[in-house]
Amino acid sequence: MTEKLVIVGNGMAPGRMLEHLLEAAPGRYQITIFNAEPRVNYDRIMLSPVLSGEKEYEEIVIHGDGWYIKHGITLYKGHKVVAIDRHARTVTSGHGVTESYDKLVIATGSVPFIIPVPGKDLPGVLSYRDLDDVSAMLVAAQSRDRAVVIGGGLLGLEAAAGLKERGMDVTVLHVMPTLMERQLDPAAGYLLQKAVEARGIKVRTKANTRQILGDGKVEGVELDTGEIIPATLVVMAVGIRPNIGLAREAGLEVNRGIVTDDRMVTSDPDILSVGECTEVDGRVYGLVAPLYEMAKAAAAHLSGSENRRFIHSDTPTKLKVTGIDLYSIGDFADGEDREEIILRDASAGIYKRVILQENRIIGTVLFGETGDGAWFNELKKKATDISEMRDTLIFGQAFQGGVSADPLAAVAALADDAEICGCNGVCKGTIVSTINQKGLTTLEDVRAHTKASASCGTCTGLVEKIMTLTLGDSYNPAAIQPMCSCTELGHDEVRRLVKAKALKTIPAVMQELEWKTSCGCAKCRPALNYYLVADWPDEYADDYQSRFINERVHANIQKDGTYSVVPRMWGGVTSSKELRAIADVVDKFAIPTVKVTGGQRIDMLGIRKEDLPAVWADLGEAGFVSGHAYAKGLRTVKTCVGTDWCRFGTQDSTGLGIRIEKFMWGSWTPAKLKMAVSGCPRNCAEATCKDIGVICVDSGFEIHFAGAAGVDIKGTEVLGLVRTEDEALEAIVALTQMYREQGRYLERIYKWARRIGLDEIRRQVMGDPDKRKAYYDRFVFSQKFAQVDPWAERVSGKDKHEFRPMAIAAMQEAAE
Amino acid sequence: MMNWLDIGTIDDIPQRGARCVKTPQGKIGIFRTHDDRIYAIDDHCPHKGGPLTQGIVHGAAVTCPLHNWVFSLETGKALGADEGTVRTIPVRVTDGRISIALGEMLLAAE
Repeated sequence: MTEKLVIVGNGMAPGRMLEHLLEAAPGRYQITIFNAEPRVNYDRIMLSPVLSGEKEYEEIVIHGDGWYIKHGITLYKGHKVVAIDRHARTVTSGHGVTESYDKLVIATGSVPFIIPVPGKDLPGVLSYRDLDDVSAMLVAAQSRDRAVVIGGGLLGLEAAAGLKERGMDVTVLHVMPTLMERQLDPAAGYLLQKAVEARGIKVRTKANTRQILGDGKVEGVELDTGEIIPATLVVMAVGIRPNIGLAREAGLEVNRGIVTDDRMVTSDPDILSVGECTEVDGRVYGLVAPLYEMAKAAAAHLSGSENRRFIHSDTPTKLKVTGIDLYSIGDFADGEDREEIILRDASAGIYKRVILQENRIIGTVLFGETGDGAWFNELKKKATDISEMRDTLIFGQAFQGGVSADPLAAVAALADDAEICGCNGVCKGTIVSTINQKGLTTLEDVRAHTKASASCGTCTGLVEKIMTLTLGDSYNPAAIQPMCSCTELGHDEVRRLVKAKALKTIPAVMQELEWKTSCGCAKCRPALNYYLVADWPDEYADDYQSRFINERVHANIQKDGTYSVVPRMWGGVTSSKELRAIADVVDKFAIPTVKVTGGQRIDMLGIRKEDLPAVWADLGEAGFVSGHAYAKGLRTVKTCVGTDWCRFGTQDSTGLGIRIEKFMWGSWTPAKLKMAVSGCPRNCAEATCKDIGVICVDSGFEIHFAGAAGVDIKGTEVLGLVRTEDEALEAIVALTQMYREQGRYLERIYKWARRIGLDEIRRQVMGDPDKRKAYYDRFVFSQKFAQVDPWAERVSGKDKHEFRPMAIAAMQEAAE
Repeated sequence: MMNWLDIGTIDDIPQRGARCVKTPQGKIGIFRTHDDRIYAIDDHCPHKGGPLTQGIVHGAAVTCPLHNWVFSLETGKALGADEGTVRTIPVRVTDGRISIALGEMLLAAE
């Protein structure tokens, strides 16, 4: 019979323990998890990137719901365990669920330490431990008001950087004279403070909080000097305490944490403890690498093996703030028997210090340039005698033994047992052999099989270099395709950073995201221009010099340098007056070709550029506006005649098409957007191969999307069925806005949908009325600035220079 | 002998933009970079005759609007994998006014 395993807590340590256990002893246990948080297991180390906007919650989930189902695990979300009965061998949750166990694992983690000052319970005082804290901070950050972070350690600084990225005015209060004093020496602490201040974050050291002020909500922080710092948000990040209340009440032996042996077994042989709540050999831990070691030891014990035991090792500290590189490990205090080697480069902001004892490294502090951290750590772990290379040690691995400064060569020179991933304890040899044995070719595969770079991700570059060395040219490290050769960043990263860093001009994007060229290229500039137009409709000034010629002059360039002009014909409906006006324009300007387009309108081809404003003036007088036939934007809405004329029509398809077109014209989208409305399933408007289409039926409107009829041919997918025209319009507009916000430049809607997932799109647009409304409102807001007829603007003189030669060198002048 | 022809001021051209000058021998493109350097090259791509003044200007280069060939404004040479050259025309800027040298070309035309 299978034994019952119950786990209290669903953080990273028990999650990892289960992975090992399911591999070593699949099917041995019937597993039940109680999670006080109402969600699955996610990567807590990545909360800071979520706060700063560089990642989203979905990206940091470790085990999705499907994983629990696949392994037959019962997960009680939002159930906090309130009692353990060791005699009956049961646990009971706050919601009254009782489960019996054969083996119990306590993984209750830690609780934030709240300094006991008046005002600590006011609304607006938060800690920084879980996703709920991050969500609360994001809400508070919308005010763009002032925030105070109490605590200048790892978490406090990451919180401060994230809040600053979100637009808040942030002050960090730290009680000690220098930041992160437990991990950094004063020199590095000083450089860190300068780097933090350079981001516009204020830092106050030696700052003691006397009380938090406020009447009903936070209004400020008072220091013991009497000084008051106004704030609407206070984040306490002064430290954590193992969460041992449950274990203590159950009568288990506790000290600072729940006391275990090196198999993670507590004073009760059937109860184990892993994670931050655990004390082993007198130590408690807060970084992930030792917690994963606990997970391995616990899994081994639960699967009946006793040969894997927990061994203490130092863990390097790294800060996850984009643009601030620091690394520290080991012991860096001064001492009589200790020597140190220091390298400083003030202008580059670099500081390196290696602490030696009897010619062996015992500690390392690196700031500004941390590439050699792993190498120093390797020398420290192996207690290598460094006297031979002492003169050049501080310059790093590249200077030793004639190894070139090529970063690939530096990785090639690492020994097989050199640790690459500190979080997961993965060494180089393991990565190489796993790649070879399993035939891995992508970073995702390597992460899945080895866990290397799967937690905090700072070693991703190293892992990729190992893949390049192992796979040769067959590995393309650009798992993320860069936008163009001006940057290493992909479209998605750029879009996210544009929002997160509130970048509102092309020069700002290029500066902040470290573009490699002075002013971009013909690939990235139009993309950036679109992203800024889409993300900051009211603030961004459209940069016409970054638009492709067609969008710059609002006509389509032809092979001979002339242009074609397509006026809008709403829903494909025209009149004798309109046709007469077109005929007059064609005669007046001797336009050589007039053609009916596939989008139910009329194209005039072969117009000289100089004539464009005059052509538009005449068309404008007849009531025409630009058809945007040249735009990465809304093109046409094709329709059939519907109930107006057709004996099969079920709805007013022409009317709906015109309504959609009048509502949405002028909007820019990642790529062109073509739509159609058919009045019945016979589908005369061919709506089922469009970017967005509507098929009218008796009961309402079936909304389709993600079709293609170009290089690729693809029928549409159904988004959903709605009853009224109003609902149809809202859903179509919301879908378009979602695509506008997420699509990569030049990515048609069917490719975007394949990338995001049809279900996800349906869930957000059809299944979540709040989301739908929010998308809809953002589109409507953006239209306030977009619905300006570009032709009329140019007729009245905008961009005159575009349509005239700068000078004409006449014959007689030239003949002088 | 250089025959300098005044064609206008630097402000007539947008930054990262171009204008064309019509001459009896075809159009010449005058380009202004993001840092206000001025270049003149034939407004005619050697590939399929695209009007280079209609392209996107980036650094000291322009991308042809028809098929995305990229040309150096300094040398007139195609950059990247493509091969071809556009003629460059001498240009000078004095007190914000731009002149191009048409002399040789027109003398040759006589």
